Amino acid sequence: MNQRGTPLLTVRGMSRSFVGIRVLTEVDLDLAPGEVHAVVGENGAGKSTLMKVIAGVHQPDSGRLEIDGVPHRFPDPASARRAGIGIIHQELTLLPDRTVAENVFLGREPVGRGPRRLLVDRAAMVERTRALLAEVGAVSFDPGTLVRRLSVAQQQVVEIVKALAGDARILVMDEPTAPLAEHEVDLLYDLVRRLTARGIAILYISHRMREIFDLSDRVTVLKDGRVTGTLATRDTDRDELVRLMVGRELRDYHPPLAAPGDLGEVRLAVRGAGNDRLRDITVEVRAGEVVGVAGLQGSGRTSFARALFGADPLTTGEMWLDGRPVRPNSPRAAIRAGIALVTEDRKGQGLVLRQPVLDNALLVLRAAFAGRRRAEVEPVEVGELLTRLDVRAGASDREVRFLSGGNQQKVVLAKWLAARPRLLVLDEPTRGVDVGAKAAIHEFVRDLARQGLSVVMVSSELPELIGMSDRVLVFRDGTISGELPARPSEERIMRLSTGAEVAV
Amino acid sequence: MTGTEPASGAAHLRWRPAPLAGLRAVAPVLVLLVALLVALAVVDPGFFDPERLLAFLRRSAPLVILAAGQYLVIVSGGFDLSVGAVVTAGVVVAAELFNLAPGLPWLVVVAVLLLGGLLVGVVNGIVSTVFAVPSFIATLGMMLVLQGAVFFWTQGAPRGYLPEDYRMLGRSAVPGAEWLPWAVVVLAVVGVAAVLFMRSDTGRTLVATGDNDVAAGLAGVRVARLRILAFALSGVAAAVAAILVGGFTGVSAQAGSGYEFQAITAVVLGGVALGGGRGSVVAAMAGAFSLQALFTLLTLLGVSGALESAVQGVIVITAVAVGGISWSRRATRTHQPVRESV
Amino acid sequence: MTAPSVTPTGRSGAFVRLRPRGPVGVVYLALVGVYLVGWLAVAARGGDFVTVGNTVTILQNSVALGLVAVGQTYVILAGSLDLSVAYLVSLTSLVTAQTMQTAGVVPGVLAALAVAAVVGLANGLVVTRLGVNAFIATLGMALILRGYLEHNYTGPAGAVPTSFQHLGYDRLGPVPVSVFLLAATVAVTWFVLRRTRLGHHIYAVGGDEEVARLSGVPTTRTRVTAHVLCALCAGLAGVFLASRLGAGAPWAGTEAQYDLVSIAAVVLGGTLLAGGRGGVAGTVGGVLILATLDTVFDQLAVDPFFKNVVRGVVIVVAVALYARRGVDVRRRGMRGGS
Repeated sequence: MNQRGTPLLTVRGMSRSFVGIRVLTEVDLDLAPGEVHAVVGENGAGKSTLMKVIAGVHQPDSGRLEIDGVPHRFPDPASARRAGIGIIHQELTLLPDRTVAENVFLGREPVGRGPRRLLVDRAAMVERTRALLAEVGAVSFDPGTLVRRLSVAQQQVVEIVKALAGDARILVMDEPTAPLAEHEVDLLYDLVRRLTARGIAILYISHRMREIFDLSDRVTVLKDGRVTGTLATRDTDRDELVRLMVGRELRDYHPPLAAPGDLGEVRLAVRGAGNDRLRDITVEVRAGEVVGVAGLQGSGRTSFARALFGADPLTTGEMWLDGRPVRPNSPRAAIRAGIALVTEDRKGQGLVLRQPVLDNALLVLRAAFAGRRRAEVEPVEVGELLTRLDVRAGASDREVRFLSGGNQQKVVLAKWLAARPRLLVLDEPTRGVDVGAKAAIHEFVRDLARQGLSVVMVSSELPELIGMSDRVLVFRDGTISGELPARPSEERIMRLSTGAEVAV
Repeated sequence: MTGTEPASGAAHLRWRPAPLAGLRAVAPVLVLLVALLVALAVVDPGFFDPERLLAFLRRSAPLVILAAGQYLVIVSGGFDLSVGAVVTAGVVVAAELFNLAPGLPWLVVVAVLLLGGLLVGVVNGIVSTVFAVPSFIATLGMMLVLQGAVFFWTQGAPRGYLPEDYRMLGRSAVPGAEWLPWAVVVLAVVGVAAVLFMRSDTGRTLVATGDNDVAAGLAGVRVARLRILAFALSGVAAAVAAILVGGFTGVSAQAGSGYEFQAITAVVLGGVALGGGRGSVVAAMAGAFSLQALFTLLTLLGVSGALESAVQGVIVITAVAVGGISWSRRATRTHQPVRESV
Repeated sequence: MTAPSVTPTGRSGAFVRLRPRGPVGVVYLALVGVYLVGWLAVAARGGDFVTVGNTVTILQNSVALGLVAVGQTYVILAGSLDLSVAYLVSLTSLVTAQTMQTAGVVPGVLAALAVAAVVGLANGLVVTRLGVNAFIATLGMALILRGYLEHNYTGPAGAVPTSFQHLGYDRLGPVPVSVFLLAATVAVTWFVLRRTRLGHHIYAVGGDEEVARLSGVPTTRTRVTAHVLCALCAGLAGVFLASRLGAGAPWAGTEAQYDLVSIAAVVLGGTLLAGGRGGVAGTVGGVLILATLDTVFDQLAVDPFFKNVVRGVVIVVAVALYARRGVDVRRRGMRGGS
């Protein structure tokens, strides 16, 4: 354990609850200088909470935290930072209208001496930022650049430099590659290696196996808020980690796939279609079929979903629904044509959080099928739908923001299904949803398919894709790089996603 | 982390609007209103004579109607600062029209004002949606334009007069029911229309748009069109108020001044959140009644007209602070785990 | 790593090309435009617009609104606004004049500023501690001040000594003394916003309060200070108007609608109404645009009421133009922005 000497950070018996629900239970963790320590676990396993407790965003209910053997307590993020802990949040914490240097030193701007104490020493700020950028090898932009003019990868670098500017010795990175395009991930790897070479220890949260095996020295696995194992990365493998994370075999909770006879006519046909993010998309989806869409972040998988739905309309090529040409140029047009989209950002794009369950569930009907058009779609009775989905809200006028992720997602589904769509597009349908609700959603989606609905399901969770899809489309660089039959191997999907294997 | 849903007999939950759900949103402002009415009854036992009560309703009518219109704009996520200027313009324009064409049927003038209000609202809506000008600035600009135009046209001294038949709506009673002022009838019509509108698909969608316009747009809501509609209705409401105010107080270049802030205050007193997405139109109108009751009470208590606004200021801040504190507490407590689950 | 040598993504790259100059550049371009149109209009009537006297008039016309708008810049940048400034200007003009009548010039100025600071502090605390929306909080304060003014004053009151009227009427060379007051206030504000921690924090709080908090910015203190500074600027405007009028007047700030017009001037100066972007240089441009309009209309002897119509149109059109240039690209390229 201490192969690298005294631990820099030690966490012992850390627990934390939210409204009576245990999120972390007796978590132990330690971190050596220069180490990359990965923390993995399913959604909701407590990874982010653990990181936030370490960085002072939340306070633990019990347990202790030591740095260099000295106990610390962090009432707020600033005190954690003073103790040398920097955190890179999942959400960006930069101000787009300020310069790189201003962002890096936000909250701790250097000031002059004596009477100049009142003034921010801008020269020093810029110089130190320049030095830090050089240190991490980012020389392509100037400290004086406005952050809004940087690419997402460059912004990520600024985040890291911002954490380092506080002389951080421990860097907590919460899914740092999530916003990055594939080629940018390598740059992040480089950066991580440079940092560890300087003795900085990194707590690295990710659910991407590849990154964990590429980068980390050790892995701690969390399940339901408890540590189920801490392993040296080179002595373990994917299967072992998955077993520790899930605690059971992977595929057992997916409903059976469609039998060949279950599939109906071609429902959706797209030929040679594209827009500024997609090119040359040709695809067919049959009634009753669940087609999975795989691909890395930025590969075009979400753009594809949004294009089908008219949110970022297709500009070239052709599209048919049930043999009739359609080219939805707005969500409204798509909805009226019988297409529904469950977006990946549930809170930002899926729900009106401060409205009751019922108002959310009725939103599509009310918005797109007002008046007489309502009768044409013969809407499903929404109350019945919510009951069938087993949405638990306590009271029907409860605002959806108070619901759990799983129940929220069921409300989103109800909203769309009320309008009897013919094509249901799902983008990360189970993100942030607990295991129970996840299985229920899978079951429900398959059930709908059996009744003839066509489903296109985008997901970054390979087990979900493999378990649910009758066919898998793999996206790369804005187009379909391959199509795989039911139950493809994770490896093939990854190879097609990364370009290790080219097309079929 | 997983859910926080209460384990209460959720399975048998009936998915229909809870019959008293609306009441919960209205409750705090009703408490305020009832408290003020009780105070009025104590200070002036005669206040609840039907005749006096109806006079109170008549006096409240313009503000309540403006609050209903303002509510639509606020709940959809905007501000309408132009309503006071619309009221002034409406009063002055009516007088000028009668001045130019003395024999004009009053209904024609009413129609002109309503169309004018609609037009102003549509322009506000288009500027703030299509041209992406913050509604605060868009309607402020409209306010300056209308004020300037009215004064320019009248040279600061509105001419003309409002004939008796036109003023009937503002100050006379319904023939055959002499106890019932027309203004109260108008108020009732507007009130019922507002409630029905907010219960309609369009009304519910408007609230959803104020809550999260991205999600609303992706659910098929035509966001810009809906917001323009809200501004348009606010403009029409202001025109209706102008007709009542004109009848009630006659021609003045100050007829509507300050109404925009009073209307916003009333809406906020009703617990409607600035920024949109929360609050009921009944509560907004109750807020307007409360404000009017407060004015009446202060007058009865002999508080000088001048100090009236100071008391109003204190009460508004206090009411919002008290409301805000209980809300935010509840929100943070219950909100955290939800955030956690992402 | 030559890492992020990844060029800015297509969209942000195009965006850079679209905006060769900052928002302030656009504001001053608009100012030049208004000035030229004014010049042409006046010249067409046989008048002479580009004179020293005229330029001085424009500056002189800018002082009171300029002071209030500079103050308003602080709060708007910090994500607030202040609707109480108009009544505060009236109040401080009265405090100045009445104190000077009995106690002399310096106590008069100090008293006015002290009153302003208290009002600003109250605004700031109500907004931050009680969590009342700034619109309502400062509107409530406006009502309170109005009640006090209307209860206690019916007309001008107090008197300033002649010596103090120099501020309002004297010139240094061709330039009115009061313009130096405005210039000094602008300079200090520019300095505070650009060079002090407070300034950095004001931008951060207005840009994203949560980001500011996570970065260790004292958000409450910052916002309260912004409100106090705003009120102090309004107080200065009150002092100036007392000097100009020779007395305090309960309508000193309200007649010209300094509350709403100052907000309009700030936004006209390219500062985002939601906060976090903009600056005092733009505000000065916005104020000068409005003052130039005023001067042009005076010179053309256009009906004063018509001025408001044009003002309203200019403000809305300008902001619409900024909004067009601007960038809903904001945040979309950013993480979590989707």
